[in-house]
Formats: sequence, C-alpha cells, structure tokens
Amino acid sequence: MHMADALLSPAVGTTLWAGTAAVAGFASKKLKSDIDDRMIPLMGVLGAFIFAAQMINFTIPGTGSSGHLGGGMILAIILGPHAAFLVMASILTVQALFFADGGLLALGCNIWNLGFYPCYLIYPFIYKPWVGDSKHSGRILFASVICVVLALQLGAFSVVLQTLLSGKSELPFDTFVLLMQPIHLAIGCIEGFVTAAIINYVRSVRPEILESMAASRPLGAAVSLKKIMVTFVALVVLTGGVLSWFASTHPDGLEWAIEKVTGKGELSEPGQGIVPALKGIQEWTAFLPDYSFKPGAVEPQKEAVPPTWPGIEAGTSVSGIIGAAIVLGMIMLIAMGIRTIRRRDT
Amino acid sequence: MSHHIVEFDNVFFRYPDGTEALRGINFRITHGESVGVVGANGAGKSTLLQHMNGYLMPTSGTVTIGDLSLTKKTRQEFRKKVGIVFQNPDDQLFMPTVFDDVAFGPLNLGLDEAAVRERVHKSLVMVNGLTLQDKPPHHLSCGQKSAVAIAAVMAMEPDILAMDEPAANLDPRSRRSLITLLKTFKHTKIIASHDLDLILDVCERCLVIGGGCVVADGPSSEILSDGKLLEENSLELPLSLQRR
Amino acid sequence: MTFNEKYFDVGRLDRLSYQETWVHRLDPRTKVIATMLFLITVISFPKYEVVALVPFFLYPVLVMTIGDIPFRFIIKKVLAVSPFVIFIGIFNPLLDTGTAAIIPGIPISAGWLSFISILLKFFLTISAALLLIATTSFPGVCHAFRRLGVPSLIISQLFFLYRYLFVLMEEAMRIIRARDMRAFDRRGTGIKVFARLVGTLFIRTVDRAERIYYAMLARGFQGDIPTLKKSRMTATDFAFLVTTIALIFVFRFFSFTEEIGRTVQGLFI
Repeated sequence: MHMADALLSPAVGTTLWAGTAAVAGFASKKLKSDIDDRMIPLMGVLGAFIFAAQMINFTIPGTGSSGHLGGGMILAIILGPHAAFLVMASILTVQALFFADGGLLALGCNIWNLGFYPCYLIYPFIYKPWVGDSKHSGRILFASVICVVLALQLGAFSVVLQTLLSGKSELPFDTFVLLMQPIHLAIGCIEGFVTAAIINYVRSVRPEILESMAASRPLGAAVSLKKIMVTFVALVVLTGGVLSWFASTHPDGLEWAIEKVTGKGELSEPGQGIVPALKGIQEWTAFLPDYSFKPGAVEPQKEAVPPTWPGIEAGTSVSGIIGAAIVLGMIMLIAMGIRTIRRRDT
Repeated sequence: MSHHIVEFDNVFFRYPDGTEALRGINFRITHGESVGVVGANGAGKSTLLQHMNGYLMPTSGTVTIGDLSLTKKTRQEFRKKVGIVFQNPDDQLFMPTVFDDVAFGPLNLGLDEAAVRERVHKSLVMVNGLTLQDKPPHHLSCGQKSAVAIAAVMAMEPDILAMDEPAANLDPRSRRSLITLLKTFKHTKIIASHDLDLILDVCERCLVIGGGCVVADGPSSEILSDGKLLEENSLELPLSLQRR
Repeated sequence: MTFNEKYFDVGRLDRLSYQETWVHRLDPRTKVIATMLFLITVISFPKYEVVALVPFFLYPVLVMTIGDIPFRFIIKKVLAVSPFVIFIGIFNPLLDTGTAAIIPGIPISAGWLSFISILLKFFLTISAALLLIATTSFPGVCHAFRRLGVPSLIISQLFFLYRYLFVLMEEAMRIIRARDMRAFDRRGTGIKVFARLVGTLFIRTVDRAERIYYAMLARGFQGDIPTLKKSRMTATDFAFLVTTIALIFVFRFFSFTEEIGRTVQGLFI
C-alpha cells in the first residue's frame, strides 16, 4: 500500500523526503563515477518496462483474485542496488504524477518504503550473499520469496509508523499492524514467486543478458553495512529531533498520541518510556547546528485552531459552516464566470 | 572531394558467437553517389551499415572515409561524417520532444545554443516537420517519426547518409514523400532495403550482398532488371518491372 | 482498472498536458513550487480542521477551469485511488467518539470531523498532483526538477521512462492480447504464463535499449545527455507565484472562512 498525503503530517513527510533525497543523491554519485554508458538508456527503459509490467494482472492460484508485480526486488537483482533505487524512484514519481498514487509529498515516503529496503538492505545483505552467481533455480526461488516478503514487511511497517507519527488517523498501532502485515505477507509470497519465475525464465532463454548486466555494474558498488547504519542513525536522530520539537510545543499532543499508539491509558513506567527517550534525543540534538525552532512560528497556528487535543474544540462553529458555504459558493461563481468569459472569447 | 570517398577493403567480420557475417567486402563509393544495398535477410546488409559509423569494427580489412581509417580512436570522427537512419524510428527518437531529438546531435558536436537552434530549424524545415517541434515522439504518426528521424540525423550535417530500411513502416503517401525528399539530397546516399522499387527510384548504383560478399555491383537499372541474379539472392524483380 | 483502461487513462492525461492555455504556458518551475507549497500547507492543518480547508478548493477549481481540464476526469481519478485512504480513515469515526458541539443541540463526533478532514485533504492533495501533470507536460516537470537541483542522472531516467512508457505499454498490450486470445476459462492466465510474458517483454526491452544506445552513439553520445536551457520565468510567473503564496498564507493563518461566516451572521442574524 502506498502512503497518502492526506494521512501525512509535514514533519514526517519532510523527514522522509530528506532521507530519500539523500539516498538518491548518494546513488547518483556512485553511479555517475563509473557507470557503463549503455546503462543510461537501459535504466530508463527498464523503468518503463516495470511500469508496463505492473499493469498486467495475473490470477493467483487458489484465490481467483489477481495480483501484479511490485518491482523493487527484481530491479535490485538485475541492476544492483544503486541503479535499482533510482529506477524505482522514477517509476514511483511517474505513478505519483499520472496515477496520483499517494501524492507528491508522500512520494518521499513511498520511494523510501518501496525502494530503500529492497535495494539497500535486503538485496545486499540477504539476497546477494545467499544467491551470488548461482544458477540454481530452486535457490533463487526460495531466496526471492524470503527477500520480497521481508522487503514488503519492512515497507508496510514503515507505512504504519509514518501514519501513526503523523497523527491524522485514529487507528491504534496493534490494529493497524494486524491489518497491514498479513496482507503484505501474502502479497510478498506471490511477488517473490513471480520474481523468481521471471529471473529463471530469462536465465533459461537469454542467460548472457543477466550476466552482462552484472558485469556492467560499477566496481565498488557493494554497499557497506557501516554506511547503511550511519544513514539509519542519522535518520533516527533527524526524526527524533523533529519529534522532540513537536513534543516541546505540543506537550499534551505527543503524550496523547503515544497513548493511542500503545493502547495504554498511562505509560506504566514513566522512567523508562518513549517520552524520556525522546527527551534525551532532544537534549542530544540541541547540539546540532541550525537547530532552532522559533516558538513564534507556532503562534499563528494556535490562533487558527485551539491546540488542546483530547478536549476537542474542533475550531468549527456555526459561523464556520456558514463561511464554508459562502466560500464554496464564491469559488463556484468565479469558476462559472471564467468559463463564460472564455466561451465569449472563443 | 576525395575526403568523402567511402572504401571497404577486404572487410571480414565475425560476431562473438562465431557467425561470419562479412566475408571479404570490397567496394568504393565516391562523393555524391547514391548506392542501394540489397540482399536476403541475414546476408549482411545491416552488419555492413554498422561498420560505417564504427559501431562494429572489422575483424580484418579496413574501412576508410577519405584519409581516415576506422579505428577505436577515430570512431567519433566517423560518426560526424556518416549519419545512419535505422529501420525503427522509435529506437532513434529517444528524447522527450522532437526538438530535443533533433538538437541531440548538434549539441553533442559542441555547437553553441544559437547554432543548435539554427540547425534544428533547418533540418525540420527540410523534412516539413517544423510544426512537430514541441511534440513528444509518441504523439507522432509513423511517417512523421521517420521524417523526424531523418531530420535528427541531418542536423549533424553528415557528408554521407546511410539508411537501413527507411520505408519499412510507411504508408504509401509517406513513402512517396520520403522518396521525393531523398531525391533532393545531394549527399552520398547508401540505402539498404528490401524495397527494390525505392532503390530503383532513388539509387543510381546497386550492390547485391550475398553470404557476406558483394555478389554484384553496377547500375541499378541493370542489376535490378536481372531477374536471374535477383532470384539467386532470394530477391525478385522490383514490382514496377514485373508484368501483371 | 484493466490494462486498456490504464493505458488510455495515462494517454489522456498526457495529451491534456500539451494543451496551450494560460496555465499551461506558465513556467514549469512556477507550477511545481506552487503545488508543493499548496500540498504542504494543506497537510499542515490539524487533525480536526474542516472549514478552513474550504478556500483551498479555489486552486484546483481555477486550474481546471482556466486549464481546460475536464472536472469529471479528475474526479474519477481521485475516486479511483481513494479506497486505501477511506479504509484507514473510516476508523476515525468508529474509534474517536468524543463529541464536538457544533450547532447548539446537534452533537457531531470528533471522529467524523477528522474523517472529513482527511477526505478533504485527500481530494485537495490528489487533485493538485494530477493538475500539475495535466497542465505541465512531463518533460516540463522534469526540466523544473532539473533546474531545482535534482541530479542529472535521475532526470535522464525520467526522460527515458516517459519516452518509452507508451511504447512499452503498447508492446505489453500486444503480448497480453496474444495471451488472451489463447487462454480460456482462466487457464493460461496464471503465474507461469505471466512470468513468461513478462520475461519476454523484459528481453525485448533489453534488446531495444541496445538499439537505442546504438542510435545515441551514432549521434555522438559520449556519456552526458546535453540539455538546452529553455524556459525563463516571466513577470506573469512571478505574479502567479506571489499571489498563490499570499492566498495560501491568508487561508492558512487567518480563519478566513470563520470570518466570512461571522460577518454574514452579523449582517443577517
């Protein structure tokens, strides 16, 4: 499932965009320095290929319902992590623009969820060590299924976290997880199966294709665990910083959000909960440069909408509804006016 | 004008999988000639054309244009001299708009913006495609795509124009426009095609390729009316010469 | 949506993007920046905000009107991608039953408020994204990204993807048609056949990429895809941007709707 703008908050959205942009910049640099020129048109056209392939449905045995290909894992296997990440990013961008799948702000989340995990985590640390250059179709099948399932689980779990941290949905953590993970487990098994089937087919008919693509990958394209960990930590710190800013200006809000997440009325051990941990990160990140949020910037928001969370005064009143009706009316009048003027001109 | 003479001297070419595609190709084409290259499928026409701009390098023998001999280092020079138009325009129009496609060559030649714009304009006018400038290639018809592909190649102002099956996907009217257009070009033209009537219309000279060798080389009017020769090479008389 | 429907859908949106209205002629960067500001402002509204979102409908409505984009087409596309959000959002009214008194005497649950807020935000954000591409050709959007700093390798990817999107969709359609003509009763539409079809499409794609590379080489390609600086921001662009930012600011930070309502109330009641 794709993350949607409507469920996203600016803080979570921009954080994920920052992460995605950083990884994309890294992948570009890595590729640019020693890519084989023929990869450039190949990557783009393969993006179109995955896009087209995603539109083809197949029936899932036993259920009669239809499924389709995701793409992150198969791209990583064919092109290697950096190229696959960029291709996945371009596919998702085109989908966001032409199909409005999720939205443009959520695009950062979606590229992360569907691109980072298969390309930079699962492929280099699980698939590649396991399968390597093996041509054994059984091993490829088993590895593909496990890897795709893992990648999708991570992606789905990320959607849950992103939605919860954005605070627009009421779904509690446990329910949400129970909804997302099993569905993606099933989808993952199917997609893993399909991924392996495609790779094995291509290998049987035109083996030199996969081999030449593996040979075209830039040297030193291997991803280091250290770099991944550093990225992860940086992202955690960034998120922690954002969340702690949030906590400092909406102290009730975060507590309340955590209540909902954990489903508990009160955090049972305040000394060892999430809040103290975040406060710790907040103190830590206060040393980061350019880390300053002027409380004044938050004020106008407070004027427009009362900030207390549990006690709901929804900022709506009778005048609000009247105002809404009038504004809508004005908009429609403007639109009709423009239409009439243009019809007169043509 | 000797710097435009195309010469293949005993050229052999073997593919990595062992197929011997060219087995001793010899010919000399002088400036301004229009030469047709005909032969059965797999005879080596496309392979021959691919040697002209250095995409393939001969396993033995030499390919020269003027005083320049084809080596890995001179490939880029060859690409400036020989413009090749392929069979499928979709593979050659790879930029997002027609303008970008036609400008691709001149930009790679290192021309400045004003010169590039001028070349694009000139080339598109030549093929009657100026109105297509801002369109994406997938909005064009087959005939329009072919025209733009030619413009894209002509924008580099090559001395020699080589074409591989230029009329393959065209409807009769587009094909006729193409023939008319080609007749106005004064460049050296080398056209590989199954469309023998087109060759008859456009090319004064004709090479017949069979089994990787030049089987016949002479005026088109003679070669393309030699039924026996054509049939030996899995061809037949041009339709316009056949009697119904 | 079936394959055919998706294909024609994308094609229609693509063709709309090449129209020549005033909105289409704006510099792509203007529209990208305006859209992103619009999006981030809309989602910055708190959970329960409903009426303050209403003025924001001015943007999609105006763009659709001036840009000649059919209302029904956009609405249909928005609806098509709504199931997930509706599914997640519907839990709000179910779980959040605190009441917010709106009209004296008629209590409305907070959960419904947040759900409606989600729906409004959804419509606004999705339509803004669709309208961006509907009024700016895809190459235009990519050029805007390039001028705004996205690495050139990524831009090249996007260009090639777009260029061959329709070509590959057509090839896929041909392959599917060939399959469907010989598949009966859902036999032959299973995974094994699918893998073969996709594998075939993959091989053809790789071969095509090879031919494209050859064509690029033939026209002098040496590793970098050259681009010309094409568009310049005009006074109209700046005016549009300034107006949009001003309106967004006003609608976001001043309770615009409330004020209008209150004024009218004061006049009549």
